[in-house]
Amino acid sequence: MGRINAALIGSGNIGTDLMYKALRSSWLRPVWMVGIDPASEGLARAREHGLATSAEGVAGLLPHLARDGIRIAFDATSAAVHADNAAKLSAHGVVMIDLTPAAIGPYCVPSVNLSAHVGKREMNVNMVSCGGQATIPIVAAVARVQPVAYAEIVATVSSRSAGPGTRKNIDEFTRTTANGIEKVGGAKRGKAIIILNPAEPPLIMRDTVHCLTEDEPDQAAIRDSIGAMMVEVQKYVPGYQLKNGPVFDGKRVSVWLEVAGLGDYLPKYAGNLDIMTAAALRTGELIAQEMAEGAFPGRPS
Amino acid sequence: MNLRGRRIVLHDNCLRDGMHPKQHQITIEQMVAVATALDAAGVPLIEVTHGDGLGGASVNYGFPAASDEQYLRAVIPRMQRAKISALLLPGIGTVEHLHLAHDCGVATVRIATHCTEADVSEQHIRCARKLGLDTVAFLMMAHMVPAPELARQAKLMEGYGAQCVYVTDSAGYMLPEDVTARVGALRAALAPETQIGFHGHHNLGMGIANSLAAIEAGAVRIDGSAAGLGAGAGNTPLEVFNAVATRMGIETGVDVFKLMDVAEDLIVPLMDQPIRIDRDSLILGYAGVYSSFLLFAKRAGAKYGVPSADILVELGRMKTVGGQEDMIEDLALNMSRARRRG
Repeated sequence: MGRINAALIGSGNIGTDLMYKALRSSWLRPVWMVGIDPASEGLARAREHGLATSAEGVAGLLPHLARDGIRIAFDATSAAVHADNAAKLSAHGVVMIDLTPAAIGPYCVPSVNLSAHVGKREMNVNMVSCGGQATIPIVAAVARVQPVAYAEIVATVSSRSAGPGTRKNIDEFTRTTANGIEKVGGAKRGKAIIILNPAEPPLIMRDTVHCLTEDEPDQAAIRDSIGAMMVEVQKYVPGYQLKNGPVFDGKRVSVWLEVAGLGDYLPKYAGNLDIMTAAALRTGELIAQEMAEGAFPGRPS
Repeated sequence: MNLRGRRIVLHDNCLRDGMHPKQHQITIEQMVAVATALDAAGVPLIEVTHGDGLGGASVNYGFPAASDEQYLRAVIPRMQRAKISALLLPGIGTVEHLHLAHDCGVATVRIATHCTEADVSEQHIRCARKLGLDTVAFLMMAHMVPAPELARQAKLMEGYGAQCVYVTDSAGYMLPEDVTARVGALRAALAPETQIGFHGHHNLGMGIANSLAAIEAGAVRIDGSAAGLGAGAGNTPLEVFNAVATRMGIETGVDVFKLMDVAEDLIVPLMDQPIRIDRDSLILGYAGVYSSFLLFAKRAGAKYGVPSADILVELGRMKTVGGQEDMIEDLALNMSRARRRG
């Protein structure tokens, strides 16, 4: 079965890192990258690797969709731009993997609910947020053992790894992540906190997860469940590490994580960005696999 | 130092920063009693929020005795002259919280970021201005960057619409010359109509001296807390500062005797422990560590058998910033493991 052709929308850090990961994929072939800046380093790198590029955004890609057989697009732009991109590309039967906080489609955290997306033929899947990808697996690992009344996460990222988009709308992070903790993590109520730390050398992404269980926590079962979940996440993010915990204090279950990236294009400390591109690629590969097996009927028109 | 005739707005923080030493357990009745007494003493501006600002209620920072909304709705209608302010840290609170605070009748909001991260405050500062609130930006841990960089960050916040920018000595680390340099740099960089404020902590006993240095360099809003009730060794004790300022001919409009009564009769009995420069607080000031970490380090130290002083020194070495309370238990676990191995 051949690889499915994909386009990368956005030529910034995320789009570029995703390209390097996608070039190694056995299910996907990145063939296009679009940006909005002709001088962008990302577009130059894409050309070096044989991708076609356009600096006119999605409009520059539309005329080539059919000829180049593009069936999947990864959007690493912004929430505001994504709505427009999605409308244009979905009309041509292109499935969107959304790395922005737009969240038009259902959330996907691969280690938790990738299988739930199988066979759904969703045209748009959202990757929640970096903090969500890092912490929701742990919330889900506790919630699959027993009901979680409340889950709270604290994501600390290096200032260098927080781009202008995140900074302009940091509320989107807290809102989307809290939402994902509830919808995918399975906590009745979710809260998210993000801290930017400018220390040099930059700190590796840290995430703390606190769950408040409804009844006394089943310590052995929770420990096993978290252990199994760590292995699942490490399949696509090898630098995903349990630093401390689970600590049990009454009904509180706390876990401290560190997320180091692969260092494809982004530096290793930017595990927050790496876990997004790795999760998006994992999701894209599942959809590509389904397409290759004929599960998605539509071909780009 | 001649500051005669300067007009300064005193901003009391004992019902917000004071929530830290109270582990956010000040009751609604206590809030109302203290705020009405401060109002009667002539304090023009009083902050009422969870210690970590709107939306701070959490496992990480502590769940309060009542919600921000309950506190604000109880206190605001009781004010005769004083205005009530609320604090918000982007990354913890959101614009929804701002709308809520506005709806409760808050007059001033203070949007706080780490001293290098001003650009995360844009949406909140713009929103506050749009709501017609007196909009203040609050650059925390201001000792961690040189004055010109702090001024650059302040300029960003002014550009978003902040009407006043604070130099916030969250660690109580600064000496008067540090304050002079930073307030002076902001005064030179910002438009004349943009005000400058100073928020001190008393970890090195410099709260009063630093506040005077700030006024001399151009600050017109000074934070303090009655009886110093605040994180670490507390804030600049407001009744003391007001007495000093009055002696120097600075116009605060606050009654010296009434304010000392509030401190002595209402705040001191409220304290769970004396607010003083104990060894751990002194380390905060000496090593430049976020004052709110104090009780977290004491608790984690006791739980895991590690000296809290060692935890605080290490937090300083790690260059932790405000809000990273979650790292304290993590660090105590690591240190306790290292000791067992050692």
